[in-house]
Amino acid sequence: MTSSRIAPGLLSRLLLTLALCVPALATAQVLDAGTVIGNESALPIVVVPMPYQGGGVPPETDVAQVISADLNRSGQFRSLPEASIVERPTRGNEIRYPTWQLLKQDFVVVGRVLDTGDGGYRVEYELYDVAKQERLLGLALSGRGKGMRDVAHQIADQIYEKILGVRGAFWTRIAYVTQSGVGPQSRYALMVADSDGVNPQAVTRSGEPLLSPAWSPDGKRIAYVSFERGNSTIYVQEIATGAREVVASFKGINGAPAFSPDGRRLAMTLSKGGNPEIYVMDLGSRALSQVTSHFGIDTEAVWTPDGHLVFTSDRAGKPQLYQVPAGGGDPTRISFGGDSNARASVSFDGKKIAAAQGSGNVYRISVLDRSYGGSGRWQTLSPGNLDESPSFAPNASMLIYAAKEGRRGVLWAVSADGRVRQRLVLADGDVREPAWSPYRQR
Amino acid sequence: MAPASSPQNSNNFKKGLTMNTATRVLLASAVIVALGACSKKVRETPDTTGGPTGPGTTTGGINDGIYGPEDLDTDACLRQRVVYFDFDQDTLRPEFQAQIACHAKYLRDRPGSRMTLEGNADERGTREYNLGLGERRGNAVSGAIQGSGGNGGQISVVSYGEERPVCSDSTEDCWARNRRVEIVYTVK
Repeated sequence: MTSSRIAPGLLSRLLLTLALCVPALATAQVLDAGTVIGNESALPIVVVPMPYQGGGVPPETDVAQVISADLNRSGQFRSLPEASIVERPTRGNEIRYPTWQLLKQDFVVVGRVLDTGDGGYRVEYELYDVAKQERLLGLALSGRGKGMRDVAHQIADQIYEKILGVRGAFWTRIAYVTQSGVGPQSRYALMVADSDGVNPQAVTRSGEPLLSPAWSPDGKRIAYVSFERGNSTIYVQEIATGAREVVASFKGINGAPAFSPDGRRLAMTLSKGGNPEIYVMDLGSRALSQVTSHFGIDTEAVWTPDGHLVFTSDRAGKPQLYQVPAGGGDPTRISFGGDSNARASVSFDGKKIAAAQGSGNVYRISVLDRSYGGSGRWQTLSPGNLDESPSFAPNASMLIYAAKEGRRGVLWAVSADGRVRQRLVLADGDVREPAWSPYRQR
Repeated sequence: MAPASSPQNSNNFKKGLTMNTATRVLLASAVIVALGACSKKVRETPDTTGGPTGPGTTTGGINDGIYGPEDLDTDACLRQRVVYFDFDQDTLRPEFQAQIACHAKYLRDRPGSRMTLEGNADERGTREYNLGLGERRGNAVSGAIQGSGGNGGQISVVSYGEERPVCSDSTEDCWARNRRVEIVYTVK
């Protein structure tokens, strides 16, 4: 009985995976919104639906579904589709291990949603190792109404960390820019959404282009570039209050802001001296120090954990990545793959650097792993053709990037090993310039 | 890939204005006195023909008449206000030299006029890099206009990078149309 119900689910999943693994099919016409391009080597886990067992109105959020989707999107896990979940235990003592062994699941998550008594909900869940038949986690988290997605993301983080020993980054946010309309009617918005693209909120709106959002290390502020004053201008805005200030509005380009790891300084690109150079501004005193001085275009500086800046420069012809101490010094070229490399994103440990790598007319997200020594090793994570703006999750397990489908921009999340990609379903219109937030603070 | 070759005359707005005025001291001394506030007056009457600096005025050194604001709409050369570039290049193509020269002459003929050069790039390459590329192109056109005798004090450069495309297809034709500098007269 069990096997006859499983087989169609497995077969259809296999076919779906095969179809989507063909790179040539990775176009807007083929990929449905939210489709995951699978990873057969990921850890199989089943997140059993968690029913509401309270006495009031059930929450809107399907907690188990959010957890399942998070784990799946990471590339580290392959969560069993709900249609294949043949048994629905809600507590550890209801788990029948042979069922999940037959389904080749390594881990089982069970749980239920209860009332807290003050109008909120409490999720009690347990994580089990199927082979050892052993409980790994048994925890409860509470939230209210719309906050239940936050609860689900935090549970996914706990499961991720328990199994992999790495902090999860599902309970984080992404910033991105949308454009609607064309020509003079264009409207732009800087948005912030949950890491899965849900709950989008506008941080600022403008009739002029917005670009280059960058998070402060505490996740409370965003720096960005706006053309609303006619020329590029760098703003820093507090997300909760909307209060913002102009930090750079010099003659020429004011671009590419990036907070230092301590949040006190902002690297930026200014061409007030006649040519785009990297500067570092002390946000307290507003004092500027010039880091680069070269007739090439120097821009897109980002910080490494040890106080260096990685930036884009075309001083050798094509754009490439260079590294320089934030206090100034001689830049060293660090990218030697593809025709060009630009717009770096540095992992939290400084070991990996993602970039938009160009070869001819094709631009793909590639990651330079520097832990191999020498000039490192490159791995391409995206299929192109015009992929850009990679941004690492704070645990470096995933990246988000912008791609073009037809005339519009869309965002994709990709696992750091490139095995799993998912298109994030956001607004209509053009979506671009994603930036993954730091960890949220409880 | 040559960098923007000509220096930005960023600090000599007033100086350039004075020098330019001095060379045209024969024009009308009243204009010189009012030059600092001239911009608004000119803009308020953009369609006036035969004004103090209109086509009827003659002066030494310029032998084919003086441009007036109306010429921006009628003169075949002045009506050309977009300069196109090759991919990832800021080098001016030779076919745009005549266009550069007539806009330089316009600036000379109308010292109170102001132009903004809006630099743009196609979608290839990153957005911030393209801001730099658009500025280079703007600077290249600015340098060429100054090389043809235009006064840098009348020119501003702004880069929009790839943010203001005229088309959004990922085709060679569309990319070529987006790699451009638009000459925009803010004061005619």
